[in-house]
Amino acid sequence: MNTKTSQMIQGLVFGIIFGFLLQKGGVARFDVIIGQLLLQDFTVLKIMLSAVAVGTIGIHFLKGLGWVQIKPKPGSWSRNAAGGLLFGIGFALLGYCPGTIAAALGNGWLDALAGGLPGILIGSGLLAAVYPKLKTRVFPAGAFGDLTLPRLFKVNDWVVIIPLVIFIGAIFWLLERAGL
Amino acid sequence: MNGLTEIRWSPYIVGCAIGVLSWFTLIISRHTIGCSTSFARSAGMIERLFRGRKVDEKEYYQEFKPVVDWQWMLVIGMIIGAFIAAKTSGDFAFRWIPDTWAAVHGGNIPVRLLAALAGGICLGFGSRWADGCTSGHGISGAMQLAVSSWISVLCFFMGGILAAFFLFHVIA
Repeated sequence: MNTKTSQMIQGLVFGIIFGFLLQKGGVARFDVIIGQLLLQDFTVLKIMLSAVAVGTIGIHFLKGLGWVQIKPKPGSWSRNAAGGLLFGIGFALLGYCPGTIAAALGNGWLDALAGGLPGILIGSGLLAAVYPKLKTRVFPAGAFGDLTLPRLFKVNDWVVIIPLVIFIGAIFWLLERAGL
Repeated sequence: MNGLTEIRWSPYIVGCAIGVLSWFTLIISRHTIGCSTSFARSAGMIERLFRGRKVDEKEYYQEFKPVVDWQWMLVIGMIIGAFIAAKTSGDFAFRWIPDTWAAVHGGNIPVRLLAALAGGICLGFGSRWADGCTSGHGISGAMQLAVSSWISVLCFFMGGILAAFFLFHVIA
């Protein structure tokens, strides 16, 4: 089997597992995502931070072994903060994000199929249309390149990872204590 | 661990499993989990149906070619995986309006679709502006400790929380 075909199959299989997990986690549902944004239901935060804690430890360990390479995305304040806030408005109006909308489609949600999906495609196409101007005039503002937190603080990776994981654990402890 | 027939699993178990999954996508496929680029590629593919090869000359589509790749197949797989999970637990159903929406904004389908469409446009535009979404920045980028991803995900939720309070408390 050539590498391209095997990459496609790997993507599909990993996707099936990821979609299965998202649906079981409850985040294929608008109600759960909006519940998070209204600070009533913390399922989204619990899933994301658990994934980040386990993932961070694993991939940095693998990086140490030389098994994987990590390529952090470069960015800028104008790109990540402005784009992020715009994303947030869409997140609240739609109630799904680009990943959870795939899970919502598999769950039978027709507002995702007939409203959200065409919307995301139109929005992505619009950004592609204005991209050359944004890239030269907007995105360079506040650029910091492919900076990582350990390089920002000029410390070893684990000096960031260990407190981060403890912090995530503390958030979980507080959420459970508050009955959320 | 609950069985296949359970509708919901513990969010901690689901999250940890996603974390482990991300080790394997990196080891086996040399890719990190992400979704929003695939919507941009799809937008390019659709645009090509109407405008032909001119689309490939656009700067954006030279950087993100409108082709099927690993991540595009990941998103297709996610639809299938969620379908399997929903079907096996009896949670699958064709539905138009989520309960939380109906409780605040009523059961009018065109109104919900219009909001979803507008939300989708902001989301598509914003995710490509920010160069990632809740999975690409929020999970994969955050675990790489990327500054770009931590800023993005904090802004996703700041924007989302403000907009949700406005939509479901202020104008309700």
